[in-house]
Amino acid sequence: MLILARKTDEKILIGEDIKITIIEIHGDQVKIGIEAPKNVKVFRQEVFNAIQKENQAAAAGTETLDTLSRLLKR
Amino acid sequence: MDVRTKTKGIINVNDDHIITIPDGLFGFENFKKYALFDSEYEPLTWMQSIDEQDLAFLVIDPFLICDDYELDIDDSRLASIGVKTPADVYVIAIVTVPSDGGPVTANLQGPLIINKKNRKCMQSILSDSRWTTKYDILAALAKREAIC
Repeated sequence: MLILARKTDEKILIGEDIKITIIEIHGDQVKIGIEAPKNVKVFRQEVFNAIQKENQAAAAGTETLDTLSRLLKR
Repeated sequence: MDVRTKTKGIINVNDDHIITIPDGLFGFENFKKYALFDSEYEPLTWMQSIDEQDLAFLVIDPFLICDDYELDIDDSRLASIGVKTPADVYVIAIVTVPSDGGPVTANLQGPLIINKKNRKCMQSILSDSRWTTKYDILAALAKREAIC
């Protein structure tokens, strides 16, 4: 893991085509610009985690059909 | 081919209903092949892992439950499953049925994109904040019935 310090407007280059710019630092919040090829997946970590968690919650349990039949009974 | 399913024993699924997810689903990266077949509850469909009998998901056509659903996915990512035109694409959303009786929801933020021509599939993560992982299906259907 590389750990380094950057100031506002300074950049980090990852490989040849991914550029990260520190746009603004305000208290405990940092605004970051990311320039990357369109095929590179860039996600907020928590969004990625949410999708992963939802997939795991969606894997059907043995009670899934019982629950559904109860809900759909009119 | 014969598929061992979680809920219906062994059933025969036509090859054109077998999909391959080269990268797997997020959190289930090791499972690449699934069979799609009708569930007991229309319009829900089962997506059953071929490799693991115990792993199955319910999925739904998101456009059936959400009129204004739309998704914008980068062409180069779509090209990774061989999609050339929008007509190649079939979209499904994974459904969650909470065991605690909470609302049945569809994950509209992480839809599955299927190339109808080669049946390759990928899970996409949408950055559009309108779509969440927990879209209430029954509430949406009730609203639709009220309008019709």
